[in-house]
Parts: sequence; structure tokens; C-alpha cells
Amino acid sequence: MPGKPKVAFYWCASCGGCEESVVDLAEGVLDLLDAIDIVFWPVAMDYKRSDVEAMPDRSILASLINGAIRNSEQEEMARLLRRKSRFVIAYGACAQLGGVPGLANRFSRDQILEFAYETCPSIQNPAKTRPQPGSQDAGRMTTLPEFHGLVRTLAQVVQVDYAVPGCPPTPALLRQAVTCLLDAEPPAAGSVLAPDIALCDQCPRKDSKPMDLRPEAFKRPHLIRLDPQRCFLAQGVVCMGPATRGGCEAVCVQGNMPCSGCFGATSRVKDQGAKMLSSLCSNIAASSEQEIDRILATIPDPLGTFYRYSLPGSLLRARVSRQR
Amino acid sequence: MTAQTKLGAGPGGARPWEPRLVAFFCNWCTYTAADLAGVSRLRHAPNVRIVRVMCSGRVDPQFVLDAFARGADGVLIGGCHPGDCHYVEGNHKALRRVQMLRRILREMGIEDDRFRLEWISASEGEKVKRVVDDMVAKVRALGPLGLPRRFREWDEELESQVALAKAAPSEVDAHAG
Repeated sequence: MPGKPKVAFYWCASCGGCEESVVDLAEGVLDLLDAIDIVFWPVAMDYKRSDVEAMPDRSILASLINGAIRNSEQEEMARLLRRKSRFVIAYGACAQLGGVPGLANRFSRDQILEFAYETCPSIQNPAKTRPQPGSQDAGRMTTLPEFHGLVRTLAQVVQVDYAVPGCPPTPALLRQAVTCLLDAEPPAAGSVLAPDIALCDQCPRKDSKPMDLRPEAFKRPHLIRLDPQRCFLAQGVVCMGPATRGGCEAVCVQGNMPCSGCFGATSRVKDQGAKMLSSLCSNIAASSEQEIDRILATIPDPLGTFYRYSLPGSLLRARVSRQR
Repeated sequence: MTAQTKLGAGPGGARPWEPRLVAFFCNWCTYTAADLAGVSRLRHAPNVRIVRVMCSGRVDPQFVLDAFARGADGVLIGGCHPGDCHYVEGNHKALRRVQMLRRILREMGIEDDRFRLEWISASEGEKVKRVVDDMVAKVRALGPLGLPRRFREWDEELESQVALAKAAPSEVDAHAG
């Protein structure tokens, strides 16, 4: 079957939402299959790792890898697919920026394992059993992947050609990504396959964004009745729109929820969280240190708010003083 | 300069570690004060690299994080006293950002003494000396932050580093490695 270009899908540390976005193509998936062959897609098709290993190097046109890199198996698979593919695409927020799993970079490996296997209220583990990388059972050695010290973006592990942003990407972006890879002239290496402009620019509520925002307090979305027409920032609700790339069709805003930043920043910004912090805090209605702190305290979790999807890909990557 | 840029080399390095501070000084007040300190022959610790900006309000929080990520042990911002800003409100904007940035840095495990905002007017050359000396002493007591070295150590667990050798930096992998 040398005819159609081959495409692989793979998942690493992710929730499955990115896979869902492929399914969200609905009958459009048939058009996709007219143009390409899917040669590897563990969530839906019964091909094994050994099948990929048997393929010639660079024989896959593109591997769309979603999820962050959290353990050694994910790293191995990323390297394998890198070797077998002409293009590797970081698909979705976790692969591109680290995503929600990346918030674990505030904690050490030990803190995480201790919580998950000992102190978490829903766990019963009096023997304090923890998963081991290798264990002998009835004379057979079984192994588990090694849990890495921190969460990484895909580009921190293998060379990445393009990113498709989103949590998850929209079906439109997926279709567009596949189409442009099939073009004789693929997009410039390293580009993010979405418009390079802030979400505010495409927001249906753009006209109600005041020129001069002077927030006196921030309100969390569940604590107020949100006006379905008016700019969230004007309502005192943190909306990541100013520091987030557009291209999502403003689906959250249309569902009356503020942007939480899953598309990452535009190409001019290095650190989405810092940029949002800057934009949001500069104009709060206070000048004394005490008053400023009082207003800022209404954002109880700044790291989880500004870096919800982007901590591993941010300038600082992870908490400095985590013990191993 | 060159000898000092290589400081923080740690074991095997020829010189012992010396704190490295990056200072963003406002053109109208603190930078002029630093000039005055120089003209007045006030000697302050040589561990500070001064970047002149037009206003403390120009200091994007990204500058601060980038300085740390590239090896600064401390970051100092100097601006005009409240009410004296050449651009009316730039120093207030700086203060508001700094108050939030401090919370982020704390959560990222970077000690409070590594990050400081000071109001220093053009006539306060002596304050430049006092603040710089004090901050260098505090950072010296904390020891090196050494983020570039830490990043390398974190990545030692990866199977191989060679794959990351790239022809040109690009948008998607700008933060890799």
C-alpha cells in the first residue's frame, strides 16, 4: 500500500480528550481516511509497538502525539515515532505546553507517589505498597515504566515539527493540520498550526471590553451570575483571552465560561503565565502595597490560574526545590 | 566581566561562586542614581549587571523569569518613588505586577530575598549602594540558584540528550532543553 500517506496517533500523559477530538470529526473521519492511512492508533486500532518498530524509518508521514511526557515509556514511544516519521506534531495542550498534568511540576516525585499511594483520602494501603520499576512474580520479571522526576513537553524530549494547540484541538484545526501536511509545501518548520493572534481579537464579546480596566476584586466564575454578553474581564472574572492564542472559535466564551488559556500564547510571548499576570495585575484599582495585596488575594491560586496548561513549557519549568 | 560571567561554575571551576544579580533600573531615577553613585566614587558590590529601562513599568515579568532561567541568582528592579514617575503611573504598575510575581516565585521555590523592588530617586546614589550591597549579602547567604545547571540535572534522566541538537530554534521548541 504505497499509495496513501501514513499517519500515526499516539497518547502519552493525557486524558483521552485529544483522541476524542479525532472522533469529533464525525463522518468527516471518512474524508480523512480517503486521504491517509492510519497505521497506528492504540486507542482505536489493534496495532502493536512491534508493528511500528518493523516500519522503515521515516515511512510515516506524520505522527500526531498528544499528552505530556511523564514516564520512560512515553519517552521511548516518542523517540520511536520520531524515528519513523517525517513530521512529529505536538497535538494538544499537554504535548505542546505540558498541560494540566504539568501542574504536577509543583511537587516532587516522592510527594506525588506518597499522596497517590498513601495519604490520598480514598486510598487504603496499610502496607504502603508502591509500584516498582521491576518485580519478580512466579519466576517471571515484570516491569513498569519509570516515573520521571518532572513532566515535560514533547519538544523537551524529541524534536517537534509543528504543534496543534488546544485542550483538545478543535476538529477544524485537526482537519486543517492534516490538509496542510499533504500540501506540496508544508508550513514553516516549528510553527503552531493556528492563527497567531490573541483570542480577544476573535472574541464575540470584544466590543464590550473596556479601554480602561480597573478591577477592584476578582470573582471566580462559580460565585457570580455571569452576564452572557459582556467581556469577562469587565465583570471582574479572570479570562486568559489577552494572553492566549485564538483559533478555538471561542467555544468556552460562547458557553459563557472565561478562557482558561489552553491554546498557549502567541509566537511573540515566551511565558504565557507571566504575560497574563502582567496584563491582569497592572491596572488593578489600588496603589498601596496593602490594597494591592487585598485585591490580588482574590486570585487564590495564581500558578494554577495563569499556568494551568503551560507550566512545564514555561521559563521556570518546575518548582526549584523539589526533593527527588 | 568575562571572568565573572563564568562564575558559578561550581566544582572544577577555577573561582569560587559569586552571586550574580540582574538589575533593571529606570532611566529617570534609579539609573541616574547609579550614575551618581559612580561619580561620587561610592563603591558597591560588583555582582550586579544593570539593565537600563525607560521605566520600571517596562519590566515585563517575563524579563525577571528569563533572568532567573538564564542563571541570575537575584533580580532587582529600581524605579522612581510613588508619585514621581516620569510616565505618571509606570511604577505603580510595576508594584502591582511585582506583588503577584512574588507569589508565583514563592510557589516555584524561589526565595523572597532573590527578588526585590526598590524606589530610588535620582539623588539617592547612596541608596543604590546600600540596596545592592544588602541584596548581594542576602543572596550570598542563600547560595547559588543555578537554574541552567538544575535544568541540565533534571534532564539527565532522559534516555539521550543528542536528539535535541537542532538546526534552528523554532516556535514550538523554543523552551526545549
